[in-house]
Amino acid sequence: MSDIKENLKQLPLGDWHRGLGARMVPFAGYEMPVQYEGVMAEHIWTRTEAGLFDVSHMGQLQLTGEGAADALEQITPGNLSALAAGKIRYTLLLAQDGGILDDLMVTNTGRNLYLVVNGATKHDDIAYMRDQLPDHVTLNHLEDAALLALQGPKASAALARLDIQPLEEGWPVPADLYFMEAGPFMWNDIPLGISRSGYTGEDGFEISVPAEHVVALATALTELEEVRPIGLGARDSLRLEAGLPLYGHDMGPELLPVEANLNFALSKVRREEGNFAGAERVLAQYPDNAAKKRVGLFVDGRQPIREGAAVIDEAGATIGNVTSGGFSPTLQRPIAMAYVPMPLSETGTAITIEQRGKKIACTVADMPFVPHNYHRKPKL
Amino acid sequence: MSRYYTEEHEWVDVEGDTATVGITDYAQEQLGDIVFVEVPDVGTELDQGDDAAVVESVKAASDVYAAVSGEVIEVNEALEDEPGLVNSSAEEDGWFFRITLSDKDELDDLMDEKAYKAFIDNL
Repeated sequence: MSDIKENLKQLPLGDWHRGLGARMVPFAGYEMPVQYEGVMAEHIWTRTEAGLFDVSHMGQLQLTGEGAADALEQITPGNLSALAAGKIRYTLLLAQDGGILDDLMVTNTGRNLYLVVNGATKHDDIAYMRDQLPDHVTLNHLEDAALLALQGPKASAALARLDIQPLEEGWPVPADLYFMEAGPFMWNDIPLGISRSGYTGEDGFEISVPAEHVVALATALTELEEVRPIGLGARDSLRLEAGLPLYGHDMGPELLPVEANLNFALSKVRREEGNFAGAERVLAQYPDNAAKKRVGLFVDGRQPIREGAAVIDEAGATIGNVTSGGFSPTLQRPIAMAYVPMPLSETGTAITIEQRGKKIACTVADMPFVPHNYHRKPKL
Repeated sequence: MSRYYTEEHEWVDVEGDTATVGITDYAQEQLGDIVFVEVPDVGTELDQGDDAAVVESVKAASDVYAAVSGEVIEVNEALEDEPGLVNSSAEEDGWFFRITLSDKDELDDLMDEKAYKAFIDNL
């Protein structure tokens, strides 16, 4: 145990988590809080009140230089050059063969592109981007920035109780942001980058803050009665209910966007241009020509199925695999994500899973399992 | 009746030639919210160290090993509808199964309460 611990990096909030009684576990090379009072209670708190997550292990990157968006488009299928200032897009980092190297959020801050990538993949992402991007585009790894997520139906009301002001007079306050919008703010002379986004399916914000001030911000937020700290355990069960894939589990370098059920990340313009890494392989599957597809599963009975369990056919042969699975605290039943043959991917199709020698009946379900509760901009 | 403990955090209540087995309060605390318990079928012959049961929390599945060898003669049916009994009453109402003792010498390998307490204090 001690060997493992010595190699783990500490997050700026590490001692703060321990002070709140968190159970710490290794995750993405860091020591991180998996739970405080318990996964179930934290999950339900986030769905009904507001939860504060420390996601400082994630990579925060900045791309500057003329044509940064065009350059990033060469290795992503998102329409990033059309991204207006203050807007965020979800996209995929693609290998030259179209395999998924990571999923990420890209914000046009008006001065540069701000990227948030997964913690476990950030160093590989940086190396790949530095290799692929032209010399005039500069990539900065914002290693001195922490990242908090405030998620839940009361997140906006809670955040409004801190005196957070827009960086420039006349700009919106955080509560005025819509889903997938972002802006620069100040709180007690501390600069904050706030995005209306998250990984729970709830309304909420992700807040980039200088690491030296993150204890002050996390403390101010958790002092609000509607905010409690939430660990990685509930983060996983929340994103599973929201149908959101987890990199390294539900997608990876051996998988292409269409089979990973991420068609929405292939923008129409970019499909027509067909000029991103691996476009030929990726687009050959579009929209539904892949052999398999990631789907949601409702599991019969009470026993959860887990990552690694096999999808089997009537003869017992393996025809797919479960990539995420757990118990849904909201629905009070087990749910999962799995890759199944395309002909079995329709909602309502019966699927059989084999886990530890036992057959478990499942049904293909629409995702999200629990409806998203985003603060979307009204359609005109 | 004497109670024994294993390093895998099971407790074993021995009464004559049979024993009742469950997981310790320390174990349930570590596992968190338990949502399902898979107990062995009555009649299953277990050797010490075999996989005997599975405890599922929201996040993960954990194996429970047979602390002693023998035949499963009764399982706790209440866990099917109320797996949370393992959280609320790990060392009483949340018992897993009863087993015959085919080799009482195996009990010599187990810890008593004092030794188990010292064991978890060092974890």
